[in-house]
Amino acid sequence: MSRPGLWETLRGIIWRDVLLAIRRRSDVAISVLFLVIVASLFPLGVGPEPAVLRTIAAGVLWVAALLACLLSLGRVFTADYLDGVLEQMLLIPQPLPVLVAGKVFAHWVVSGLPVVLLSPLLGLQFGLEGEALGMLVLSLLLGTPTLSMIGSIGAALVLGVRGSGLLVALLVLPLYVPVLIFGAGAVTSSMAGIGGEANLSLLGACLVLSVFFAPWATASALRIALE
Amino acid sequence: MLQAVSLSCRRGDRRLFSGVNVTVQPGTLLAVVGENGSGKTSFLRMLCNLLAPEEGAVLWHGVDIRRLKEQYYAQLTYIGHLNGIKDDLTATENLLLTAALTGDRPSEASVRDALEAVGLKHRIHHLPTRVLSQGQKRRVALARLWLSTHPLWLLDEPFTSLDQAATALVTERLRSHLQSGGLAVVVTHHEVALPSEMVQRLRLDG
Repeated sequence: MSRPGLWETLRGIIWRDVLLAIRRRSDVAISVLFLVIVASLFPLGVGPEPAVLRTIAAGVLWVAALLACLLSLGRVFTADYLDGVLEQMLLIPQPLPVLVAGKVFAHWVVSGLPVVLLSPLLGLQFGLEGEALGMLVLSLLLGTPTLSMIGSIGAALVLGVRGSGLLVALLVLPLYVPVLIFGAGAVTSSMAGIGGEANLSLLGACLVLSVFFAPWATASALRIALE
Repeated sequence: MLQAVSLSCRRGDRRLFSGVNVTVQPGTLLAVVGENGSGKTSFLRMLCNLLAPEEGAVLWHGVDIRRLKEQYYAQLTYIGHLNGIKDDLTATENLLLTAALTGDRPSEASVRDALEAVGLKHRIHHLPTRVLSQGQKRRVALARLWLSTHPLWLLDEPFTSLDQAATALVTERLRSHLQSGGLAVVVTHHEVALPSEMVQRLRLDG
């Protein structure tokens, strides 16, 4: 008998969740389709005026990305809770916050990364160009992992609670506000020609803070949920 | 050696048990019996630190498991009343991934042997477990016992959903584990068909 290495265990956790997402592609597709539909509804509703679309682009795309992330939060722990895999995870001989971080990273790979990759296409729909498009991708690359990290706390807190979908939204959405402001702000500043670096720095700070604190909070919430 | 010292459990307003003292020596199986709702599963979950006792402590070789944490988890194999397997993965994938996470590093051949040992034929090793029956899923979960190198096994109703043949196979596996110096705590409604010197009983009355 030997205790597995930390990286080996992390790799195992991430690979299992990614493999499950590959097997259940429809779950991933739902979030992505949701994002595309929400982002496409605004030009239809507001009208085809390019100046108006460019003005609202950053906010709309960021809100759509945020809602798509929220939609996928139920997948982080619920299935594992229902089939007993979460119990097994709590008994893996490695620090639970690190395992949680691995699971959240896997969640970001299957739900946040597709949003980042798709964002230039959606940006073009709103008339974004060059630097603004790049800033949109960068801001989402820094912001979506933060959304997953913060969201995991909410997902763990409502585990096993009836109507948890709505509850997690109420818990998590206020915490998403700074990320939304800095993310959309980065794109808007870039479009105004004043550069979005300051907002990107703040997004980076949010990411560092969430990577540092969220896994611990989530691990505690999971332990409480399973008691 | 596993010890429960003055263990008490309260769920809501109801006290399930209190002052439970028991010691499980190597080579011994502790069968936890009692009526539904008497706290058997809660007791087992306390033994693996999934549930904090209201009072008392669980000691592994004399040290509180709340202090040992990961060191203790590296010593145990826990199979709860939920199977802990993913429906979208095959039996082989489930076992390989779970074993890798808990520190066992089985080869595909040993996983195949484990599945055959619980009576699952080769043709179903590579099917998603969602197409298997409840009994077959339970067998997949219990096949972990054939891969486990951990000294302490904590099993919640391992014989549920199993037919007689599978029950006999699991009992035989428990016997060989105990004979090699392992310990086991089993929550069960079934009689464990092992020699009386190997089995110790704890009755919880709720």
